[in-house]
Amino acid sequence: MTSTLTPVLTDMWDVDRSWTLAAYEAKGGYQALDKAFGMSQDDVITAVKDSGLRGRGGAGFPTGMKWSFIPQDNPKPKYLVVNADESEPGTCKDIPLMMANPHVLVEGVIVSSYAIRANKAFIYIRGEVLHVIRRVQAAVQEAYAAGHLGKNIHGSGFDLDVVVHAGAGAYICGEETALLEGLEGRRGQPRLRPPFPAVAGLYASPTVINNVESIASVPSIVANGAAWFASMGTEKSKGYGIFSLSGHVQKPGQYEAPLGITLRQLLELAGGVRAGHDLKFWTPGGSSTPLLTAEHLDVPLDFEGVGAAGSMLGTRALQIFDDSVCVVRAVLRWTEFYKHESCGKCTPCREGTWWLVQTLARLEKGQGNEADLDLLLDQCDNILGRSFCALGDGATSPISSSIQYFRDEYLAHLTQGGCPFDPERSTAWAGQEVTA
Amino acid sequence: MITPLDDKTLGELREIAARYPEKRSGLLPMLHLAQSAQGKVTPEAIEVCAEILDISPAEVNGVATFYTMYKRHGVGDFHVGVCTNTLCAVMGGDAIFARLKDHLDVGNDEVAEKRQGDQYSVSLEHIECNAACDYAPVVMVNWEFMDNQTPEGAVQMVESLRAGHDVRSTRGPRLCTWREAERVLAGFPDGLVDEGPAAGPASLAGLEIAREQGWTAPEGAPAAAAVGSADSKQGAVAEADTSRAEAETVDETSGADEAGAEKKEAK
Repeated sequence: MTSTLTPVLTDMWDVDRSWTLAAYEAKGGYQALDKAFGMSQDDVITAVKDSGLRGRGGAGFPTGMKWSFIPQDNPKPKYLVVNADESEPGTCKDIPLMMANPHVLVEGVIVSSYAIRANKAFIYIRGEVLHVIRRVQAAVQEAYAAGHLGKNIHGSGFDLDVVVHAGAGAYICGEETALLEGLEGRRGQPRLRPPFPAVAGLYASPTVINNVESIASVPSIVANGAAWFASMGTEKSKGYGIFSLSGHVQKPGQYEAPLGITLRQLLELAGGVRAGHDLKFWTPGGSSTPLLTAEHLDVPLDFEGVGAAGSMLGTRALQIFDDSVCVVRAVLRWTEFYKHESCGKCTPCREGTWWLVQTLARLEKGQGNEADLDLLLDQCDNILGRSFCALGDGATSPISSSIQYFRDEYLAHLTQGGCPFDPERSTAWAGQEVTA
Repeated sequence: MITPLDDKTLGELREIAARYPEKRSGLLPMLHLAQSAQGKVTPEAIEVCAEILDISPAEVNGVATFYTMYKRHGVGDFHVGVCTNTLCAVMGGDAIFARLKDHLDVGNDEVAEKRQGDQYSVSLEHIECNAACDYAPVVMVNWEFMDNQTPEGAVQMVESLRAGHDVRSTRGPRLCTWREAERVLAGFPDGLVDEGPAAGPASLAGLEIAREQGWTAPEGAPAAAAVGSADSKQGAVAEADTSRAEAETVDETSGADEAGAEKKEAK
């Protein structure tokens, strides 16, 4: 019987100076490396395939499969790129991971690069997290000094160089092909696929792009075996993952658990929703995943379970909103975000997100009329599936799901001529000021 | 008064470009360094980057105007970013931003007046989700985390910054200036990596419960262990510290992938 929580990646976050090489090695760090070097590259790929690890950046694509798509007969250099551009609203797992244990990421980079035969890897970290960048820069430096990076690593004959690259503020660069554009020194706009990055990615060379948590999971898989990883989680969603609770919960934070845990279980651990309030709506995996409500408390938080409930597991970014929150205000703010972050490349997203904001803002002020709800859904129809990348699709998720579950609340704005909620009541300090 | 880029900076800009298989990849960190040197992206920096990278100034301009961290106008010594994406906004970010706008008498992305006696200037911007939602509402100062803020606390913080007092990030070092921060982003470490904690309280929320309950991930599979029958060593390490036990068993696990496959089949 697997424990309710299974700390693996978070396991050394409470260790003194956990970010240092000494602390990581004291916990057995960099030993998966020797084991990997004792295996053939294809066997490492097979192990990751067999583990059932699926991409932890939101899409859930099988990681080992992604690696096996790299055409090894292609004479060009192969590249590994780590997507550390964590920017999806609500998502806050990779940042604390890199802050507390950057070496597990570096070790994962080495093993993964070895498997795909890359001699150069890049860690693309969003620019707005200075201290995290310091920690990863230092981890890479320490790894070089200890012989874990550079030429002939551990006498294996394998060479690897790693560059830590800071972004400069653009949500779209979390989209893997836009990230490659950023890494090539261009505006971060997504590329047409095919060709997929596995065939023509960075510098038109075969490239694997993986999320931080995916890569950081690799050393544990190599060290403990694919079956160990697969013994956690559910049938098609194997292993552990970091679940991030935020918002109106007693103990927000990071909870590392096997995939398939439910929000009810997580809320129990987190002390429940804020005292005196009820759960109203939540995102299972960031703002781009359709909202769920209290009726979904027992949905298994794995790829299939959340999908069956009409949403997506995404990045396990569980943003909890209680009954003090106006869903229209919340959705308008997310929509303004998508409008701001739309890269401008394709018309449905560039123009569509602008129109969504116009329509929603009018509704939120209690202006407009009921037909505007149909207008919104029609606008969503013209964006979803018609935009160039998933940013546009994501922009429609909060809107269509909130109209599905909270149509009456939209209408209440119209009948009351404005928002019926007091924003002060939903603040973190709301209870304290009332009693003060 | 902006000083022209000096030889040291020009050398460092070339050094950044040389980190990459294709030099244009250096453009993002190069622009960070240019901002560090001059306080913003200047027309001179655009020309210099273009020349080093063999691309047109228009191409550099296109990049410099795409990413929000690049500033075409000056910012304060301390650039204060209040998260007003949905979750932080709801938790109080909107109130914090409104209060700071009012207190500093600025609009979005503006520099507050440096009053007589102020050691440093501050600027204010509302920012998008900065991946610290479990510490909402969040304020970033020069891209360091200031977790769990209140309007009153934020006002006190900006006044401390203006007065030149030391202000520490809740999960990082004493705040450096915006220009110093930009230099780190360009890939030139400042030696502050060991400051601050490994993790803040929220980051440890689940781990603390796991420790209290004795919850761990399953024991790792040793190389030769048969399914369901851990050998005695495995049994012994089950009692011990898990991570170390994993480390010790890893040493002798040359055929573990096969063992893993067998174990899976057996299930």
